[in-house]
Amino acid sequence: MEKVGLNLEATELRLGLPGSADEHDEKLSSCSYSSSSSSSVVIRSNKRSSPEESIDDEEELKSNKRTMISHHNDDQDKNVPPSKAQVVVGWPPIRSYRKNNGVQQQQQEQKKKGEEVYVKVSMAGAPYLRKIDLNFYNTYQQLLLALENMFNCTFGEYSEREGYNGSEFAPTYEDKDGDWMLVGDVPWNMFISSCKRLRIVKESEAKGLGCL
Amino acid sequence: MKKAAYSFPEEVLEHVFSFIVSDKDRSSISLVCKSWYEIERWCRRKVFVGNCYAVSPPILIKRFPELRSVTLKGKPHFADFNLVPEGWGGFACPWIRAMAGAYPWLEEIRLKRMVVSDESLEIIAKSFRNFKVLVLSSCEGFTTEGLAAIAANCRNLRELDLRESEVEDLSGRWLSDFPDSYTSLESLNISCLGNEVNLLALERLVSRCPNLKTLRLNRAVPLDRLPNLLRGAPQLAELGTGAYTSEMRPDVFSNLAEAFAGCKQLKTLSGFWDVLPSYLPAVNPICSQLISLNLSYATVQSPDLIKLVSLCEKLQKLWVLDYIEDDGLEVLAASCKDLRELRVFPSDPFGLEPNVALTEQGLVSVSEGCPKLQSVLYFCRQMSNAALNTIARNRPNLTRFRLCIIEPRSPDYLTLQPLDDGFGAIVEHCKDLRRLSLSGLLTDRVFEYIGTYGKKLEMLSVAFAGDSDLGLHHVLSGCDNLRKLEIRDCPFGDKALLANAAKLETMRSLWMSSCSVSFGACKVLGQKMPRLNVEVMDESGPPDSRPESSPVEKLYVYRTVAGPRLDMPGFVWTMDDDSALRIS
Repeated sequence: MEKVGLNLEATELRLGLPGSADEHDEKLSSCSYSSSSSSSVVIRSNKRSSPEESIDDEEELKSNKRTMISHHNDDQDKNVPPSKAQVVVGWPPIRSYRKNNGVQQQQQEQKKKGEEVYVKVSMAGAPYLRKIDLNFYNTYQQLLLALENMFNCTFGEYSEREGYNGSEFAPTYEDKDGDWMLVGDVPWNMFISSCKRLRIVKESEAKGLGCL
Repeated sequence: MKKAAYSFPEEVLEHVFSFIVSDKDRSSISLVCKSWYEIERWCRRKVFVGNCYAVSPPILIKRFPELRSVTLKGKPHFADFNLVPEGWGGFACPWIRAMAGAYPWLEEIRLKRMVVSDESLEIIAKSFRNFKVLVLSSCEGFTTEGLAAIAANCRNLRELDLRESEVEDLSGRWLSDFPDSYTSLESLNISCLGNEVNLLALERLVSRCPNLKTLRLNRAVPLDRLPNLLRGAPQLAELGTGAYTSEMRPDVFSNLAEAFAGCKQLKTLSGFWDVLPSYLPAVNPICSQLISLNLSYATVQSPDLIKLVSLCEKLQKLWVLDYIEDDGLEVLAASCKDLRELRVFPSDPFGLEPNVALTEQGLVSVSEGCPKLQSVLYFCRQMSNAALNTIARNRPNLTRFRLCIIEPRSPDYLTLQPLDDGFGAIVEHCKDLRRLSLSGLLTDRVFEYIGTYGKKLEMLSVAFAGDSDLGLHHVLSGCDNLRKLEIRDCPFGDKALLANAAKLETMRSLWMSSCSVSFGACKVLGQKMPRLNVEVMDESGPPDSRPESSPVEKLYVYRTVAGPRLDMPGFVWTMDDDSALRIS
């Protein structure tokens, strides 16, 4: 393979149309085009000339162009190089979870704040209060899990009839009217908009009974 | 002349066969004679099905009645890059249902790229009393409810590995469904889960399972809970952290460093989402014992990576982002002489301009400095024939070489020539090369090299390359050991495909998308080769609504003994040997 600088290509046996390869290479090296169908077109600007004219006489390329035109989605005008790279489906070959968890995503998540709704959370016997952002969660399950983790406690199974049955603690909240309510009775969005603060109480307190 | 002197009782043969473990060897045994075939099939315990449509559950069960371990793979590899539309197939359910009836003593199920439902998981949970290993790799279709069923019912579970699967995360409570009496967990990988799990349940689970060797957490596990988890499992060999960030407090750091130091057997680290660089040195106490390090989510810059990597003298496997840059790879080459595998992922794959100083030079340094390097996956923005040549000569022991030059059809940046010669050098010098992925500007010539030299090549991935059918012909006619060929956006068409139809029966599968294969040719192929399934995918409507000469969107051809599949969605057509189009 030590052909650098020796131009052995001219004397080499090639498997291809005579003369086409070199011509082809030169043209390819000065432009970027796609011989594919609608799902994959790459056009980069600033460095490349318009792709249309430089495609040469090879049959396959012509038929691919036809394909490209017939399948194409019309939202790209190939004569006007766009200012950004058009994204090709599945290229570069990176798994989607890498895209989702990767760099760009992490940086975006750090930047994106959105509306935060911080409320105080207290628990009987805890030395200090905590604060959580209610908007960070999407369901009661997520919120309760976070509270369980934050305070090292567990809530029982929620049911309309019996509240949080089966463990020491229950989550309650103060609503706009100043009343103390059991978390979980109303739809999530209603809860978020009316919750002013949270309090984790002993199950017995929640039921209004004395300690067992 | 007495036969008796030459035949062993069955039990003896069975015992001898039990030492033969590799699938290939077991297959060879079964071909010796009819009685060996019979004995072998009754004592086969483990089966690997590389393409779930190559065979069917009844066929498998009929031949191997006493399996304990089954591995199945579903969708083609390009499904990883969104090239296979939703609903294509790879459904695990029929397999699991069938196995539930036939193999009550099944212990292990490993699935890759398959669609698994909660119902299937529930069937697994209830059907196999001695179930031990569940690995769902790049699977989808299930939720945490299915996991709850597994946790609650599989008393003997040793391994639950959800690597890279897409799980609908409804609640983190499923972990609490492992009963308190359950202590046999050895390996847990939940790194793909999006939401928080119940941390208390996790801590209790980890500390009551004395054989836990592998623990891969998800991003939602906060760093300040990690020391407790580690203290509960000092025997851990493989750890995937959760988010690796926290408010910078000295006690958190020292707590963490101490906890790491206490894990004397920890050899593999991964995770490292959201890394706060000043916390990285907490792993320093164990760097000298690490053999595998996955930093491919760690968005830290080269200096921090260098500090870490230079301490890992026993490192065999490194996955990292291109933040490591050429400088970092040079340090790697100097410090990690035992390196076998390197993967460098792009931090900004869609950007137009390079954002880091990572070029072909980094890979060249590693190829020079690491004599045991066998496996490479490298994303970069420029490459030259000279560099590839050097790499090939430095490392003839390469077995896997996957290069992705981010811009399609990039030429040698020094000479503006195609990269044919460079890749040619790779296949010529690396005689044991089994897997190759090409990129950059390539003509038919590179395929000539591959066909000539790539005799051990088993898997080839091609994109935006080649000039004509000759390219495809070289590969199909030259690569004697080719099993999987996947091609996208190449000007390959009918001639090479039809001329090499017989070759396709010696391979597992062929994928061609956005190429120039006509619908007519697909029909001919389907007719000619009854033991191939020739599947055409077209989301714009039935292919026979267009002229026969128009190219198909996607073609997937695979050998099978099970005939055409019956679970195809509306956009997949199989080319039957009776040439009737079956429209689903």
